[in-house]
Amino acid sequence: MSFLEVTNIGISFGGLRAVDDFCLHIEKGELYGLIGPNGAGKTTVFNLLTGVYKPDRGTIVLDGENLTGKSPIEINQHGMARTFQNIRLFHNLSVLDNVKVGLHNQIPYSALEGVLRLPRYRKAEREMDEKAEELLEVFDLQGEKDYLSSNLPYGKQRKLEIARALATNPKLLLLDEPAAGMNPNETEELMETIQLVRKRFDMTILLIEHDMKLVSGICEELTVLNFGSILAQGKTSQVLNNPDVITAYLGE
Amino acid sequence: MEKNKTKRVSGLARPAFRSKLITYVLAAGFFGVSALLVQAEVAGSLYEGLLIPMCCYIMMAVSLNLTVGILGELSLGHAGFMCVGAYVGAVFSIVTRTAIPSAWIRFPLALLLGGLTAALFGVVIGIPILRLRGDYLAIVTLAFGEIIRKLVENLYIAVDANGLHFSFAKAIDPLSMDLATKKDILNGPMAVSGIPRDTTLLLAVLFVMLTLFVVMNLIDSRSGRAIMAIRDNRIAAEATGISITKHKLIVFTVSAFFAGLAGVLYAHSSTLKSTQFDYNLSIQILVFVVLGGIGSTRGAMIATVILYALPELLRFLQDYRMLVYAIVLIVMMLLNNNARFHQLKQTLFQRKAKEETT
Ligand SMILES: Nc1ncnc2c1ncn2[C@@H]1O[C@H](COP(=O)(O)OP(=O)(O)OP(=O)(O)O)[C@@H](O)[C@H]1O
Ligand SMILES: [Mg+2]
Repeated sequence: MSFLEVTNIGISFGGLRAVDDFCLHIEKGELYGLIGPNGAGKTTVFNLLTGVYKPDRGTIVLDGENLTGKSPIEINQHGMARTFQNIRLFHNLSVLDNVKVGLHNQIPYSALEGVLRLPRYRKAEREMDEKAEELLEVFDLQGEKDYLSSNLPYGKQRKLEIARALATNPKLLLLDEPAAGMNPNETEELMETIQLVRKRFDMTILLIEHDMKLVSGICEELTVLNFGSILAQGKTSQVLNNPDVITAYLGE
Repeated sequence: MEKNKTKRVSGLARPAFRSKLITYVLAAGFFGVSALLVQAEVAGSLYEGLLIPMCCYIMMAVSLNLTVGILGELSLGHAGFMCVGAYVGAVFSIVTRTAIPSAWIRFPLALLLGGLTAALFGVVIGIPILRLRGDYLAIVTLAFGEIIRKLVENLYIAVDANGLHFSFAKAIDPLSMDLATKKDILNGPMAVSGIPRDTTLLLAVLFVMLTLFVVMNLIDSRSGRAIMAIRDNRIAAEATGISITKHKLIVFTVSAFFAGLAGVLYAHSSTLKSTQFDYNLSIQILVFVVLGGIGSTRGAMIATVILYALPELLRFLQDYRMLVYAIVLIVMMLLNNNARFHQLKQTLFQRKAKEETT
């Protein structure tokens, strides 16, 4: 059994079968790519995996645990964390606090302990600060830790979102178009960061991306979606040379 | 930067700490000076009479800010929780006045009971409306506030040698009671009399401090961050493993508890009448919160002091009173949206963007 085992999940919106019969097997430590034209259903797959939508059939199993039908909160607590295509930061919180929200379930103390400023609170907060600053350093954001997160430039906001996701201590990290809106230099840098994260945290990563340079550069395996169905699946080099995939991307 | 780092290691001098300290000092300073002015008879009895209600309204504004500014949900029924606290506390004090003659024991019990009952209402109202947001939540809370007031307005409670007598919507038949020992407690829409005047200014100020302490510490903690995360982006908060239900309930409960306490304090300082807790009061408190700069505890407090005292202190202007009041409202609104004013505030209080919400 694979680390992530998704079998035959699907969902419809009204008459539209947005995702149909979707299967995915990812091994531990793999860097996996999900690609496809606009509107193919890639983000919908992420929403199904993370519990935003409930699949109308099929199962999702991560590391031996059945996550089908669980809520986004439970799924996060079972080890799946994600970023969003259109960045969703806590914009009125500082950069540091965004990451500390990610640590919420990792270093807990009760609301009462917080209000009364008991020793547990001090210890946990100090631990959170250290952990969060460590994560920010990985993404070279430590200098901006006291900034309001909405004041960060676009590229750094994307990085902060990844840092926040990692703070929840996931087994599997889902990145929805991490390079969207970045210039080639930033994309290059992001590729390095993703590789670094993978090594350093021993992370399994599934990412959606349109930037073919990034995909072919770092993904080991790919799944191509088209109109909600799988068009091709396998080793990156093979998939990208698949004639069906080429037509889907270039049009008939 | 360097300085910041050394501070952080100790873990004690977090930057938000200074911001909170300023708020405590402002509150203590303002009421301290006010009390001195009253003592020295510089300020008249009119001013003196404003101070305790002002404390209650500060507690209301600070607790409402938790719902509106920190959780980001519009509540239009905050007066309802104050009403619950006021009536529960008042009835308790009247009933136990002979049994527990010492105010030192009776009043803390009344406060606890009033606060907890209001908090219970917060939970009971909170659970069914957990899934409501925005306009819908506003409408339901508005209805809740009005329903509570109407219920209280129709409640008749009397006591005699045989015990307590309740009646709803119509007065208690006097013939059913032992007239020799009969005493009315609640008489429908009539003002409640016979409540011991247990609230002193010192006590009210202490409760303002308690409210500030609990609310500001809650905001500046793990739970507070989670609550603000829900406000800023619910979907991202869920994906980060934050329980929406739990944190909404924490907010509703804490917010209602302090509104209830404010109600008990208020009821034990003046005459009590259900019309005081109508929807206008909820809106008035909301105005304090909004003009204090939504999300700012200190702002809510300052706005309450200015906007509550002003109409009273401007009585000498007679007909022009409301005109001046309206101008002050507009000026505060403009200042709230003025970047330069915010800069000035920042340099004055030396706070960073990150502390905006405390
Ligand atoms: N909540 C929803 N309600 C109705 N239709 C939806 C919903 N979510 C997605 N869809 C539809 O499902 C299809 C797939 O959308 P999805 O966002 O998954 O595409 P995508 O592959 O991520 O595209 P892009 O590359 O543009 O991000 C689209 O036709 C979209 O309009
Ligand atoms: Mg998408």
